[in-house]
Amino acid sequence: MADVTQNSAPDTRFELIVNFWRHFRTNRGAVAGLIFFIALVIIALGAWFIAPHSPIEQYRDALLLPPAWQEGGDWSYVLGTDAVGRDLLSRLIYGSQYSLFIGVVVVSVALVVGVCLGLVAGTFGGWIDTFIMRIMDIILAFPSLLLALVLVAILGPSLLNAMIAIAVVQQPYYVRLTRASVMSEMSREYVMAARVSGVRTLRLMFVTVLPNCMAPLIVQAALSFSTAILDAAALGFLGMGAQPPTPEWGTMLAESREFILRAPWVVTFPGLAILTTVLAINLIGDGLRDALDPKLKRS
Amino acid sequence: MLRLILKKLGLLIPTFIGVTLTSFFFIRLLPGDPILLLAGERGVSPERYNELMIQFGYNDPIWQQYLTYLGNLFQGDLGASIVTKQPVLQEFMTLFPATVELGVCAMLFAVIVGLPAGIIAAVKRGKTLDHTVMTTALAGYSMPIFWWGLLLIILFSGMLGWTPVSGRISFMYWIEPVTGFMLIDTLLSDEPGAFGSAVSHLILPTIVLGTIPLAVIARQTRSAMLEVLDEDYVRTARAKGLSNFRVIGIHALRNALIPVITIIGLQIGVLFAGAILTESIFSWPGVGKWMVDSIFRRDYPVVQGGLLMIAVIVMIVNLIVDLMYGLINPKIRHTE
Repeated sequence: MADVTQNSAPDTRFELIVNFWRHFRTNRGAVAGLIFFIALVIIALGAWFIAPHSPIEQYRDALLLPPAWQEGGDWSYVLGTDAVGRDLLSRLIYGSQYSLFIGVVVVSVALVVGVCLGLVAGTFGGWIDTFIMRIMDIILAFPSLLLALVLVAILGPSLLNAMIAIAVVQQPYYVRLTRASVMSEMSREYVMAARVSGVRTLRLMFVTVLPNCMAPLIVQAALSFSTAILDAAALGFLGMGAQPPTPEWGTMLAESREFILRAPWVVTFPGLAILTTVLAINLIGDGLRDALDPKLKRS
Repeated sequence: MLRLILKKLGLLIPTFIGVTLTSFFFIRLLPGDPILLLAGERGVSPERYNELMIQFGYNDPIWQQYLTYLGNLFQGDLGASIVTKQPVLQEFMTLFPATVELGVCAMLFAVIVGLPAGIIAAVKRGKTLDHTVMTTALAGYSMPIFWWGLLLIILFSGMLGWTPVSGRISFMYWIEPVTGFMLIDTLLSDEPGAFGSAVSHLILPTIVLGTIPLAVIARQTRSAMLEVLDEDYVRTARAKGLSNFRVIGIHALRNALIPVITIIGLQIGVLFAGAILTESIFSWPGVGKWMVDSIFRRDYPVVQGGLLMIAVIVMIVNLIVDLMYGLINPKIRHTE
């Protein structure tokens, strides 16, 4: 990629993307993950058209119906119904909105705040660096889910608070990554040149240095997107995340726990939805890492 | 070495203070009056309220309250549970062995399966076996373990009836807690079949808790092995005509293990987070379930104390891992 940088700016960006895609495309798993993810986004955005039923409508004459292909199933409820007669497929479709929303919000918050803190720590150094990094150490000293649980206990159980808690817990990774890349970039000649030519510190931080630190941050964003979905589902499962009747996948699992032996499908499908979504995003994350950072390439 | 230990310990002091501050402020950050929170749903009379305000020192300036809290900590006083009235530290100590037992078993399971899986994948690099192992590992890494636990219960407890659903041992047995570790205590007791019952209760939680560490270890082992297999000394070993087994099992693995051991150590925090979910699913009477239950019961002194204890344990384990890393990696040992 070093020779690319000698071209003019717009060309460079285009070539970078082409180059990236050429690498990414060769990773079949990553492409499969991407296709699944795009399909999921379409499903989430079009839930109102796609879902056959309302996610909270209770069909009292169809309680705990098994999936359609099993004995006693009904094709109008393809994946069956839950204990109060809600259509499982529709709830899963609407649930995708929540999971994607959680991922987007958590990653955005953690990324923006984390990058700012990391930039400040890496650029200024000294006591402010020490201060920020020690606070991150403290957050990392607690097991993530436990800290998130405690934060939700303080803020009160809700989807919003769960997202805030998860964003706080994921913060340190972004701060550490940004700081490390900033510090290695700071000793480069182009930063020196920018400094000498009198670029203001803020511009130096965000315009000169930050774009060169993006590769690891993008990979981290993909990985923490999936962690956010998992953690939010775990909080929902423990009753500390989205509250019923929200069709959030983890909350659905919590509601269906008592029926695991009588009606396994109400447990199976929401979990399967979480697993496949998280797996798809992790596949994308692996592909991103291999494509963006050849040094870390694993095979 | 001693200097290194002291240096690392010194670095931990600010984190330790931060952790105590976090757990100190936890009760004060909760919405509502701390005394009313501590009193729970019964409420208190105004006289008793004032008494308690003085007893807990809530009228003192905040820094003084914190110093008192720190002083109590160093005397092993973490407060008492509102629900059981037991000292928090004592409750923690009775429940902790259950979590350690589960955690150790899960880690053993993860290492015993994950390490060979990673080695095989690296040796068969690019082959179908490699792809299969790595896809499985990524699926394990993406696993919502609370669902995984429920699935295993459906299959092994519900359909096959092989394993019990919850707890540490069948109600038929009463085992004197000598060490707190059920596997050891059942062996010490003369009850026939008790050990088997304890083992059968451990199997599913072990698999569930061990899944994510297993995936991480398999992935890490593979990439560490791949790196090492390209090294000159491995080629030399092959050129000397050593058997494939010797080259991979001894020359390569010994060096590949260094990063893997670090990863294993760093899984301790992950293990605690996983224990919260695993213990809740299997009603395993350990620290994780205790914390979740206490949050729901609004037993805040327990949450406060447990939070601190767990953070301190994670910090200590990370320190030990750090030092061990220095011991096994000559590059670090010699450069101080």
